[in-house]
Amino acid sequence: MNETTSEAINLTIDGVEVTVPKGTTVLQAAERAGVVVPHYCYHPGIPSRPAQCRMCLVEIEGQPKLQPSCVLSATDGMSILTQSDTAKEARRSVIEFLLLNHPIDCPICDAAGQCMLQDYAFETHQLESRSHEAKLVLGRDRIADDILYFADRCILCTRCVRFMRDVAGDEALLVAQRGHKAYIDTFPGKDLENEFRGNIVDVCPVGALVHEDFLFKPRSWDMDSAPSVCPGCSNGCNIDIAVKENQIVRVKPRYNADVNGFWMCDHGRKHLVMANRGSRIDLPLIRRHGELEAVHWGEALEWLSTNLPEGGSGHAVVSAFDATESLAAVRALLGRIGIEGGGYRLSRGHEAELGGFPQLKLRAERAPNAAGAELFGFGETDGLPEVSDGDTLVVVGDRLADAPADYGEGAGFFLYIGSHLSDAARNATAILPATTFAEMEGTFVNHEGRVQRFHQALVPPGVARPTWMILRRLLGLGHGEVTMLEARDAFAVAASESGRLAGLNWDEVGLKGVNPGGTAAPVAK
Amino acid sequence: MGYPHSHELEVGTILSRHFGDPKARDLNTWLTYGGYEGLKKALEMEPAEITTVVKDSGLRGRGGAGFPTGLKWTFMPQEQKGPHYLCCNADESEPGAFKDREILRWVPHLLIEGCLVAARAIHAEHVYIYVRGEYFPFTNILNDAVVQAYEAGYIGENILGSGWNCDLTVHIGAGAYIAGEETGLMSSLSGGRAEPRIKPPFPAQSGVFGSPTTVNNVETLAAVPMIVVNGSDWYRQWGTEKSPGTKLWCCSGNLERPGNYELELGVSLKDVIYEVCGGAPNGKKIKAVIPGGSSTALLTADELDVPSTYEGLQEAGSSLGTASPIVLDEDVNIVRAMRRIADFYAHESCGQCVQCREGTSWVAQILRRIEVGDGRLSDLDTLYDLCEQLTGRTICVLADSVVFPLRSSLDKFRGEYEALIGGRP
Repeated sequence: MNETTSEAINLTIDGVEVTVPKGTTVLQAAERAGVVVPHYCYHPGIPSRPAQCRMCLVEIEGQPKLQPSCVLSATDGMSILTQSDTAKEARRSVIEFLLLNHPIDCPICDAAGQCMLQDYAFETHQLESRSHEAKLVLGRDRIADDILYFADRCILCTRCVRFMRDVAGDEALLVAQRGHKAYIDTFPGKDLENEFRGNIVDVCPVGALVHEDFLFKPRSWDMDSAPSVCPGCSNGCNIDIAVKENQIVRVKPRYNADVNGFWMCDHGRKHLVMANRGSRIDLPLIRRHGELEAVHWGEALEWLSTNLPEGGSGHAVVSAFDATESLAAVRALLGRIGIEGGGYRLSRGHEAELGGFPQLKLRAERAPNAAGAELFGFGETDGLPEVSDGDTLVVVGDRLADAPADYGEGAGFFLYIGSHLSDAARNATAILPATTFAEMEGTFVNHEGRVQRFHQALVPPGVARPTWMILRRLLGLGHGEVTMLEARDAFAVAASESGRLAGLNWDEVGLKGVNPGGTAAPVAK
Repeated sequence: MGYPHSHELEVGTILSRHFGDPKARDLNTWLTYGGYEGLKKALEMEPAEITTVVKDSGLRGRGGAGFPTGLKWTFMPQEQKGPHYLCCNADESEPGAFKDREILRWVPHLLIEGCLVAARAIHAEHVYIYVRGEYFPFTNILNDAVVQAYEAGYIGENILGSGWNCDLTVHIGAGAYIAGEETGLMSSLSGGRAEPRIKPPFPAQSGVFGSPTTVNNVETLAAVPMIVVNGSDWYRQWGTEKSPGTKLWCCSGNLERPGNYELELGVSLKDVIYEVCGGAPNGKKIKAVIPGGSSTALLTADELDVPSTYEGLQEAGSSLGTASPIVLDEDVNIVRAMRRIADFYAHESCGQCVQCREGTSWVAQILRRIEVGDGRLSDLDTLYDLCEQLTGRTICVLADSVVFPLRSSLDKFRGEYEALIGGRP
């Protein structure tokens, strides 16, 4: 890694003047000048820079020999040419060499459309090869339980090997053989079991490493993508959710220097692809004459505002998977009907830290927003509250998947707001269809108190709505008709009701999140 | 019986005097031959004095590049902050070169002594001799000598009562040409793959185990003790101003008397081939000579009258390299010879740089196709273009190594290529 200092130097890249701190590499300086120098082996998140792909060779004006810009330190007065004939010819020939033994199977390759080899091959207009030789076939290999390696597509940039060694701190991959017969492999008798191994697929600039979950499924141009936050644990890794036909097909980490760098863990990836499963509630249901009956939203909310008992003994169960805005709205509702306290259940698991980026840790608390729940006075509970006959029970977000089938049967009134219909949820007096986090906008507060926004990735089923929207509407009935349609408004209200988030601005939270400071409400260990 | 062949032009003084004499491997005999006098003298000298003598002698690196040895030593940090290391490069893998092998197997103590003198000059506390895996039998000879030298106090703690400590380890590689490249050697020695790395940092800044390191060739180090004993002027009695001293030649191919000869630098290459080695056997004509090991540009029979110095061969468009001429007589198929060379480099490419990994094997494939009569004239253009793409674009010079012989053969023997192609476009 080049160490940068505060001393500034000036250089020109393709005639564009740029000022950078001393110690900056030419490749980084070019980025500042708005010039992308094509590269494969260099990755900003991987410390080692072998300069071996030879793709980022640039011409230093006045010097005959091309230099790799990924390791070349920018010096004062330097003039760099990335588009000179020599530099372009060098890049063209690298692509020609890479394609010599490449199967050119873009039509069935998962990386097509997002492949740096494909992009540059087109950019250098190499649609025909000069080679008359037979291609070397190396085949493919299962390099981990869930990752396949297509050796013939591999350009041996060694990003995967170096991610495992430099970042994951688990030297599980190696280059086997040498020369044009070289390929990536695991060590004999050792499997790639690291919990951050999914990142090797992300760093692969071509289609050599492929997640089996994703294999042969969507074409990259058929996918939509939304910036989001991983709900797998309380770390709050920034992610992009890729969607095809309203299904989550892939999750990739989204760069955030303060939270997860370029990375995320495999637990998070798997967790999210699982989010497609389960039977969803897509209409409001209210119990009349002992039977659940589907009604439209207006009727359901009118009915609730009339029938939801106020006062008396009551219990509330919320979920640390819900957005901060929703949790704030639940607290407001509970206040209205006179229920105090309330809690959330939290499952815990083992922890795993990414050695080369310790801020990123699969954390024991396997929910994204326990800190957000704490902000609104919800505490962690071990189990579900005992419900005595006649009590009011409000369950929001918790799927009650593990609750006994008769749970809540004796309640005087049982309001269930959630996305999935479990056996216990069927005992409710009223069931309101809520979205999952992927179907709405909102914020999570991570383990260190950082507030991060997630965007809507999926269209909700039926008439499901975000919990905050449902509850703010319900609370508004007969009280001035507050209609809240935007998450930014719900956030503003939630922030003002929370204390710690007061004054935070939705736009300021932006895509990277902010930590408003102060002490994050501690989550019990 | 003399060591395989000898010739009156030989200066068998410095390196090869005891070649063919198995007794020289034994420490006690070696001492009677004047062994370890250089070390004794070096122990009385300041390290900087040793460097000065070697620098003044004009000794140049015998691994092929010909970099001035004394100058290389001055690159080591003057202020010692941690351990310094000396690596002796005995990964002699260049096709055609077999000079270090002879030093290892006949005069191991000469090498050990040279290592120790150099180690003292650069403040190294540990010497590693990195021997190519294929030299297993000769490594045993070297190991026996090392054990003897340790026991007699020439290596280890308080060497010869001087208070100076230096250890020596012999390390056997697993057999890779590229382990002979100094950064590849250091990576291999440190437990990694034999893969060259980008410089800077240079070995003198960060080498073996991240410490300042000097890498010297076997033949270079073997010349050091005599230089220290006799002084730089003595060494300069041989050779030229820019290429002083003697050089161990490895002559192979179609020769009447192939083998090792220690000759003064500057003798005509023609004399080496015809006088010393007796020319091609059976009265055949010589077609071409690859003068410095397989990675150098070949010279035709008409181009041999050049002084065999670093600068002389360079002027002739080739390189002295390791002074390992491979002689090809009139029966040799040049395309086949080039294909064989390209195959070697394709096999030995470490595979890091794209040009080298893919380019060397592509060159070999094209040459093979031409060789079997399936070539086309456009292949020659492709080969010329590949010569451009493989030059100066990679971390090390392995890719360049295939270009030198290939381009010269295309320039000088295009007719042979065209004859095999037979006019196919």
